[in-house]
Amino acid sequence: MTDRHPLFMPLILLGGVIFGFGLGFSQMARPEVVLNFLQFEDFGLLFVMFGAAIVSGIAFAVVPRLWDRAPLTGDDYGRRLKSFDRNVLVGGAIFGVGWGLSGICPGAAYASLGTGNIAILWALAGMFLGAYVQGYWRSRVSKSDAAVASAD
Amino acid sequence: MTDPIALQAAADLFPNGISRYAVGGLLVGLGAVVIYLGTAITPGASTFLESTLSYVSGLSRFQRYVASRDWRIVFTLGIIGGAALFAATFQSGLVSSPLYQPGTTGQLYDVGGLTLWATDVQPWRLFLGGILVGIGTRVGKGCTSGHGVCGVGSASKTSIVGVITFLTVAIGTAQVVAALGVAP
Repeated sequence: MTDRHPLFMPLILLGGVIFGFGLGFSQMARPEVVLNFLQFEDFGLLFVMFGAAIVSGIAFAVVPRLWDRAPLTGDDYGRRLKSFDRNVLVGGAIFGVGWGLSGICPGAAYASLGTGNIAILWALAGMFLGAYVQGYWRSRVSKSDAAVASAD
Repeated sequence: MTDPIALQAAADLFPNGISRYAVGGLLVGLGAVVIYLGTAITPGASTFLESTLSYVSGLSRFQRYVASRDWRIVFTLGIIGGAALFAATFQSGLVSSPLYQPGTTGQLYDVGGLTLWATDVQPWRLFLGGILVGIGTRVGKGCTSGHGVCGVGSASKTSIVGVITFLTVAIGTAQVVAALGVAP
């Protein structure tokens, strides 16, 4: 970690600033705007999600054809591909209930704090608590799985 | 010639126009691409929750993110800072643009010349919803940025199924909660 390129952290920060500015400008950082979208009162939020995915999609398709490795890490350019299993559906459904109840998702919650929305600390506290609960539960399950496997 | 019926339909579907949404979305995508160009990382926002927990918990589930936990904090601070920059400019009225529609949700309040914003959504909804978001995004391998921006941008079938799942369930939940008379 000490051998990271000196521009690595500044670039991550710059990307985060642009990302957060966009969430503020689009007002996706406001739970009300997300709830209005989910209640079919304002469909504008579709342009945030698809607009962002189109920009990243173009980059993920074009950049690997032009260059092999990223200059600051030396890593190969790839796409974000995750394996599919039941967890994607179960987790997605739980996330959906939470998003529909609160109108807030992780990135938008960080941005919401930046716009001055102190009450979003309730959501952030909840997110850390939820992440901890699933981590505690899954760490225990994988430990007992390992114990069963070694007993075999 | 503009068709008045089409105009009315657009006004119904998009009462706040589309420009602030489209410009904001392009910037969100651009932020992710800037990081990807330099580092080949496809950043998501929800891993930060678990990677940051690795500082205070030795659980294996969190310790697997030790290598990325420092830059994920920087990414999150960047998101907060970028939104604060938006608050100091457009939200405070220092900068304006025909592309930016201010909107009427929540409450604006002033601190030292800055116009800040506060939600009207009740704390119990934020807290309870937050818990479910924390569980669901981590079990489901991604959130609106990881699956929605980077995964869909990667044409990942897993992410597309993930987005359809959480979007459908969120729409159903929000409609039921509204029908039960919970507001805001």
